[in-house]
Amino acid sequence: MQSPHETGATGVASASASGPALTAEALVRAFGGRRAVNGVSLTLQGGACLALFGPNGAGKTTLLRLLGGLLKPTTGTTRLHGQPLPGDAETRRLVGLISHHAMLYPALSVRENVRFAAECQGVIDADEATTRVLTQLRVVDRADTAVRYLSRGLQQRVSIARALVHGPQLVLLDEPYTGLDETGALALTDALGALKANGATLVLVTHNLSEGLALATHSAIMQHGTFVDEQPVSSSGFDVSAYQAKYRALVHEGLA
Amino acid sequence: MSAPRLSTTHRPPSYLADAWRIARKDLLIEFRTRSAFLAATVFAVLAVVIFRFTWDPTAIPAMDLAPGVLWVIFTFSGLLGLNRSFGLELAERAYDGLLASQVSREAIFTGKVIANLVFVLCVQTLALPAVALFFDLPVGPSWGIIVAIVLLASLGLSAVGTLFAAIASNTRLAELLLPMMTLPFFVPLVIPAAQATAVVLRGQPIAEGMAWLKVLLAFDLVFVFACIMVFPFTIEE
Repeated sequence: MQSPHETGATGVASASASGPALTAEALVRAFGGRRAVNGVSLTLQGGACLALFGPNGAGKTTLLRLLGGLLKPTTGTTRLHGQPLPGDAETRRLVGLISHHAMLYPALSVRENVRFAAECQGVIDADEATTRVLTQLRVVDRADTAVRYLSRGLQQRVSIARALVHGPQLVLLDEPYTGLDETGALALTDALGALKANGATLVLVTHNLSEGLALATHSAIMQHGTFVDEQPVSSSGFDVSAYQAKYRALVHEGLA
Repeated sequence: MSAPRLSTTHRPPSYLADAWRIARKDLLIEFRTRSAFLAATVFAVLAVVIFRFTWDPTAIPAMDLAPGVLWVIFTFSGLLGLNRSFGLELAERAYDGLLASQVSREAIFTGKVIANLVFVLCVQTLALPAVALFFDLPVGPSWGIIVAIVLLASLGLSAVGTLFAAIASNTRLAELLLPMMTLPFFVPLVIPAAQATAVVLRGQPIAEGMAWLKVLLAFDLVFVFACIMVFPFTIEE
């Protein structure tokens, strides 16, 4: 694979002997004449978490949709464990998607929503998996309530449960902490930590730098469809304040 | 390098099981909300009443008017349900979850068609007796053949309507665009359906309506297959 510098693309790379879980090569996605994503490359291993920051309209959500196979790139490729995305059924099953939309059916109960997602992803014991993930997200006591009667925060927890019920290997998270209270945020962090420990790859889009960096093994700042900064995030000694200053300089002061 | 294989806790996708799961979900949502069903039923009953009281029995025999009335009502009441089909997916972008799952696009479409077909048939189950009652139609002796005509035509209506509902759902004028796009395609279905119904209601031998039934069957075979093939392209952004 060409390096980002060889292709002229911007990129993130995490190294491992076992081979990459997620690779994107020179991704471009244009809407009309505007390139929402413009030459992004990245390589992430299992267990890695990329925190993706950037201002509104930088192309973060489009990049997530490309990585999840929901959008086809204008040029470039995305591979998950070597299989192209959007791939076959087996490859799609490895992806979990959490958006800033609830992605739920308001007329169905919490349990019906999550069980439907589990069944669509081929989980054999969907009832057991549903109960387990609802318990993990601390929303099992509302399992029989119709989603339309839940608060925004509880809906977000159910949305997360829907995305994680099938044990995905790649989890794409678009502002997952939005609307969550402290209990919900803690439950989500625990769930994502467990997924990371089990070798899942996470890509987390957020505007909250501290929140994103808490889970991240890598970070990237995106602007105008490209990565203007990327770096590994060490578990100890990472200077969040310095990173925030760098972000402000790059994004707000236009020094990118 | 290869993707982790499916574990024993996961089953491979199954076209019919997945389609039925989606249909069942859509029908459960409609059963809970009853929004489209109520609208379609009220429309059907109102239309029957309006047609009945504007009809002059001395000018046009019931047998000549009723088949057209029946199929106009079936067509427009069915349209009311088609809009809801993808509207409920897009409201909270649940559609993205469905598209990112292992369920094939073809199974999603088939599930939607099954749900819409059941919806249309439920409305027709109420509308048909209403038309028979108001126009004093002798449906009894030939109900089996009428059911066959209704099933054949409704399958075609549901398949074509579901495809165009998927296309229209991504636009801001979905409710306006859907009838504009679908009605021209419904013409080759509604004319033979109305003609075959007229043959049956007049008590003529079914052989005289066989040509119309063959047109319906041919439409179904061609358009159901074609719509399944085309649907995956309608969801590309």
